[in-house]
Amino acid sequence: MQLSTKHLLGIRQLLPQDIQAILDTAIQFKEVLQRPIKKVPSLRDITIVNLFYENSTRTRISFELAEKRLSADTINFSSGGSSVSKGESLLDTVNNILSMKVDMVVIRHSASGAPHFLAKHVSASIINAGDGINEHPTQALLDAFSIRDKLGSLEGKKIAIIGDIMHSRVALSNIYLLKKMGAEVMVAGPPTLIPKYIREAFDVQVEYNLRKALLWCDVANVLRIQLERQNQVLFSSLREYNLAYGVKRSVLDSLNKEIIVMHPGPINRGVEIDSDVADSSQSIILQQVENGVAIRMAVLYLLAGSGEGSE
Amino acid sequence: MKTILNEHQLSITIQRLCHQILENHIDLENTVLIGLQPRGIYLSERIAEQLHKQLPSIKLLYGKLDITFYRDDIRKQLHVANQTNISFSIENKNVILIDDVLYTGRTIRAALDALLDYGRPSKVELCTLIDRRFSRQLPIQPDYVGKAIDSIISQKVIVYWREKDGREEVVLL
Repeated sequence: MQLSTKHLLGIRQLLPQDIQAILDTAIQFKEVLQRPIKKVPSLRDITIVNLFYENSTRTRISFELAEKRLSADTINFSSGGSSVSKGESLLDTVNNILSMKVDMVVIRHSASGAPHFLAKHVSASIINAGDGINEHPTQALLDAFSIRDKLGSLEGKKIAIIGDIMHSRVALSNIYLLKKMGAEVMVAGPPTLIPKYIREAFDVQVEYNLRKALLWCDVANVLRIQLERQNQVLFSSLREYNLAYGVKRSVLDSLNKEIIVMHPGPINRGVEIDSDVADSSQSIILQQVENGVAIRMAVLYLLAGSGEGSE
Repeated sequence: MKTILNEHQLSITIQRLCHQILENHIDLENTVLIGLQPRGIYLSERIAEQLHKQLPSIKLLYGKLDITFYRDDIRKQLHVANQTNISFSIENKNVILIDDVLYTGRTIRAALDALLDYGRPSKVELCTLIDRRFSRQLPIQPDYVGKAIDSIISQKVIVYWREKDGREEVVLL
């Protein structure tokens, strides 16, 4: 039952049985969230700090809710308005917080590898809530949970990840996870947004035609165009991107099958996905958000239990 | 290894527990059975079945409760979480908690916490197949006891159920 790791740095470091344990535990937490009192006392004596060096709505609220529903004590930190603006380093900030007896750190940072760096230098459990363009493990876990919820299992299922693969930590975490759990993965998007050697590196299929990708898949995970991470022109305009790669009602209707549409949010309506798709019954975007709390509860619970003193 | 109850004795004991429950809950109108995961549910399943045979006209409310997230030893040991299934309100009901072995009382302490998150029952009772008396670490006593035994810490009591273990027996290891 114990996870093989003390930290959740990425899906890359997890074993398939760790992923299984997290997904199975999340089922029970999902039940907790349906109760009249949506709170359990599991982490009563655990203190968690949420370090957000980068903007976030869903992940941050989701982690905070998960922590509160496990009865943990939480502290929130965002880099704006803190001593970071006075030049304090990441390690100094964290060591200062940990000296006040904090057990776990949830960190989001724009630098890839920031959580891994922390894990090497501090004793608390580190949970990666998104690091640069590297990984966003809890998003991949909740995506997998949502797919499993809909389709029963991941094994042999065909998942297309569509859009800005190059700059997406969601894409990388999803690829690691889906491959580990035996799903088939295809990445689709314009050639400029798909890393050149991804096929060889991850054993995934690559498709540059949106319609072909949608025809192939059971589930389409549509990603956001990450304009804030693009420092060069990779496609000519958002309108042109929408015309070629935006997921539209008309394309979905012409497939002669009902695929599941996912999106990690925040959505750029009318760019990578149109409103009549995002708000349709085919889309499970809001279920993903709902499942996110249960997944994060499972992660926090399992990591809190794998600390020192455990057998 | 010592057998405490064999298959025949076990079935008689369960029958007696059912009759004792019926003595106190004559029509089962306001009564709710809650079996504790993971191993108490086999006993609760039997009791629910037999009570239904006795009073077929009553729709008996019966649920399962998992207490993993309410344990007080998360830093020492992680347990596998099981399914909780309570699809009705327990507000103002007479709840009977059912578990196979009562030992330190810590599981029941956690179960009471978990139960109260589902509402405010008017009364909670405890039914256990085996009571390891003199081993309690908390002030908790059962209302219905299949068999009380004396045992020491190094010993273990295991209840085997046919649907889970392929045989029906209570042993002291």
